[in-house]
Amino acid sequence: MKTGILSFGSYVPYRRLNRADIAKTMGSGGGKGERSVASYDEDTTTMGAEAARAAKRDAASAKVDAVWFSTTSPAYLEKTNAGAIHAVLRLPQESSAADFGGAARSGIAALGAALRAAAGECSTMVVASDIRTGLATGSDESLGGDGAAAILVGAESSAAPLLAECIAQASATEEFTDRWRTPGETGAKQWEERFAESVYVPLFEKAWAQAMEQAAAKIDVAVVAGTHARSVRRVASGLASGRGLASGHKAERVAADLSDSVGNTGTAHSLLLLAHELEQAEPNQTIAVVSLIDGVDILVFRTTDAIASHATSRPLSAQIAAGGKVSYGKFLNWRGQLQVQPPNRMEPERPSMSAAARSGDWKFGFVGSQGQESGTVHLPPARVSIRDEDAADAMDPIAMADVPAKVVTYTVDRLVYSVSPPVVFAIVDFEGGGRLPVELTDVEPDEVEVGMPVEMTFRKLYSSDGIQNYFWKARPVRS
Amino acid sequence: MSGKENSGTSSPQDSRRSSVKGSSKTSGNKNSGTKHSIKDKVAIISMGCIPFGELWDKSQDDMLVEATQLAFDQANLTKHDIDAYWVGTATGGNGGYVLSAPLKLHGKPVTRVENFCATGSEALRNASYAVASGAYDIAMAVGVEKVKDSGYQGLVGGGTWHDGTKRNLTAAAMYSLVLPAYAEKYKVDPDELRYAVAKVAEKNHRNGAANPLAQFRRETSAEQICEMPAVAGRLSVFDCAGVADGAAAAIVVRAEDAHRYCENPLYIKALAFVSGTGAGLIDPAYDYTTFPECEMAGAEAYRQAGVTDPRSEIALAEVHDCFTPTEMVLMEDLGFCERGTAWKEILAGTFDIDGELPVNTDGGLKAFGHPVGASGLRMHYECWLQLRGEAGERQVDLQGRKLGMVHNLGGYPGEMVSFVSVLGNELG
Repeated sequence: MKTGILSFGSYVPYRRLNRADIAKTMGSGGGKGERSVASYDEDTTTMGAEAARAAKRDAASAKVDAVWFSTTSPAYLEKTNAGAIHAVLRLPQESSAADFGGAARSGIAALGAALRAAAGECSTMVVASDIRTGLATGSDESLGGDGAAAILVGAESSAAPLLAECIAQASATEEFTDRWRTPGETGAKQWEERFAESVYVPLFEKAWAQAMEQAAAKIDVAVVAGTHARSVRRVASGLASGRGLASGHKAERVAADLSDSVGNTGTAHSLLLLAHELEQAEPNQTIAVVSLIDGVDILVFRTTDAIASHATSRPLSAQIAAGGKVSYGKFLNWRGQLQVQPPNRMEPERPSMSAAARSGDWKFGFVGSQGQESGTVHLPPARVSIRDEDAADAMDPIAMADVPAKVVTYTVDRLVYSVSPPVVFAIVDFEGGGRLPVELTDVEPDEVEVGMPVEMTFRKLYSSDGIQNYFWKARPVRS
Repeated sequence: MSGKENSGTSSPQDSRRSSVKGSSKTSGNKNSGTKHSIKDKVAIISMGCIPFGELWDKSQDDMLVEATQLAFDQANLTKHDIDAYWVGTATGGNGGYVLSAPLKLHGKPVTRVENFCATGSEALRNASYAVASGAYDIAMAVGVEKVKDSGYQGLVGGGTWHDGTKRNLTAAAMYSLVLPAYAEKYKVDPDELRYAVAKVAEKNHRNGAANPLAQFRRETSAEQICEMPAVAGRLSVFDCAGVADGAAAAIVVRAEDAHRYCENPLYIKALAFVSGTGAGLIDPAYDYTTFPECEMAGAEAYRQAGVTDPRSEIALAEVHDCFTPTEMVLMEDLGFCERGTAWKEILAGTFDIDGELPVNTDGGLKAFGHPVGASGLRMHYECWLQLRGEAGERQVDLQGRKLGMVHNLGGYPGEMVSFVSVLGNELG
């Protein structure tokens, strides 16, 4: 049975840090280009949810049996983070949700495992997401980037066409310590970097030979990602030039690594680069995904005819182009490395988790209710309509997360508690009915206008007592 | 402006209002030809109000003892003479114990009420119904709030358990939404409109400067207010009501008993209350230029009192100036002027203390601050003084007018409760 990719989605947060700002502030560190920065109201779960929303939206008919979530910076331990994504996607109860946690390799590993599971007709939304942080002025801080990717993997029979068939899968593993971080620490540490190159390159050559034997095809594009920059460079340039690696190890082209615009998104990066290539791919192209993280994982795909007619609702290229600046100081503050004076207002109390469970379809799914007679949309859902023609409980659920909206009026609140004041707030009306007073995000206070188109985005409103309080905000439509 | 005149227009806003009215009519039709009214059934025979402010030296209990004592003393009564008590507080504790413990009331029924920022007026409303029904002969309404012990700026409200999806926004920001909406709808220059609402603050601070009970007793100009930094939308700190501790009290009896206690009582002509549906947050037809709950409460109060032209019949109005745009919109919602004209009337001085219809002659929430449970009764206290000719240098020239009114609102544009009372210094 053919297995492979049914859909894909990517998410790069709106904010960008200009790496030159690091040296301007600190006198050292930084570099060229920009890196993506998760906003104060984002975490790996919300970014993963956004990527998964895009993947699901673009393959609406595909069944999803499981959500697997991989990250090195989970919002929760003990509790499954994939559960929130499952709820945002409004998946049926009989589908599962699980985390692949801790190591950066778990992103590509989950994708590989999902491809194997697809042979058993299980379709899996593989979501990888990372917020990459290191100590100030370090290379992890400047070279890292924040982002998420989601790849929906399944079999040919999954009610949606395969966009790319998996034609080879190979791994090579050896125990060695190159990068490490103990739980709770901000930055990872690394061994002298020439050491790991001596491990990665032979492992790559072994895995590549194995993959090429399975694929039995020339490779049009190689996607190379990993957490060991020196080895990634060596393998990428070797594949591009056909020199410096074992003979015949070559690809027609090596994919852009997005280091100048996004940075290395760690766990998510190989999936993100794959999504970027799929966005532009033509039928019958071979794409080899090479991941160098604590070993080597290689997946080879061949695109199908279906990819020609596949529309990507949130292309990565458009997200990259639509970035907005964040200062280095704000970046440090958002990452918890620089505390600022909060407004003298009460911090929010933790929300009730039993109340949240009752209203899960609203809180996570952004589902309102609609009067059966009047058609009036109620946000949040109500049992009794504001229109007398609807009888009590004569209401149907209505999914609003993907409905476009416009700003009716707005204000800027410089008094209210916020992790990152001021709060920009708007009354928004949805196309086809429905209104919500809602906080705006990824926006400058002075760019809001009446009539501005906005879209809903899943965010963390605040944390209290260790509880991540997720709900939706609106943000300007950028692309 | 009456509801009738309104129904001739057909903007989306009006069609929404007519649907709200439609629903109230549906229930009204069941007792068609509504006659119920509290008019002239109840009289206020004494009132007391303590100076409002940041009362670091007074506890909630101190304020309750002092406000009630002022009312007892004026009527030459003691706590034992009162049959039943209603105490309004939003955050000051649960149960009748809030009042019965500090006053050491022996064997008396005490009810604690809360209804957002109309809490003080709600205590008076319930005490009035109690004596009107004959259940009690004499009742006291007390309102109190100790706001300044929270350690935070602004009003700090307790909440119920929730699912974490509630809006996070200050009241100032919610009310700041009125200005751009109003400017757009009535094609008013936004700077001119901003100046007009600053004039509301200027007026109320001028009135408060002449009031020994007010928290802020300094005048300030609209020009100065316009130059201040914005904190919410275009509103500056001086467009917001102050924050204060305070307490006030009233004693009510049946109207026929009033002269046994008092030579010049105030008669209650109307008590109206509307608790909204929250439709404004849901319904795209709501446009943030009006508070329908206030319009409905005003219309009901005028019906009970038999008022047909509030602008000429009312001698003074105490309205809920929590933010300057609120007072502007209320001038239209309460029928003091036509829609879209309040800003001009404000600039023309119509609502100044020597204007055609003086509004917030005591300085309002602006100059007093807003101890939530106390404010409604503080506003009735100003009517008590003015209609009895006891307001000193703030005394309004009543010009034969015999009525005053009090308006409270609680909540936010789109989801509101509203109280309106009409008071008179004569029967009939």
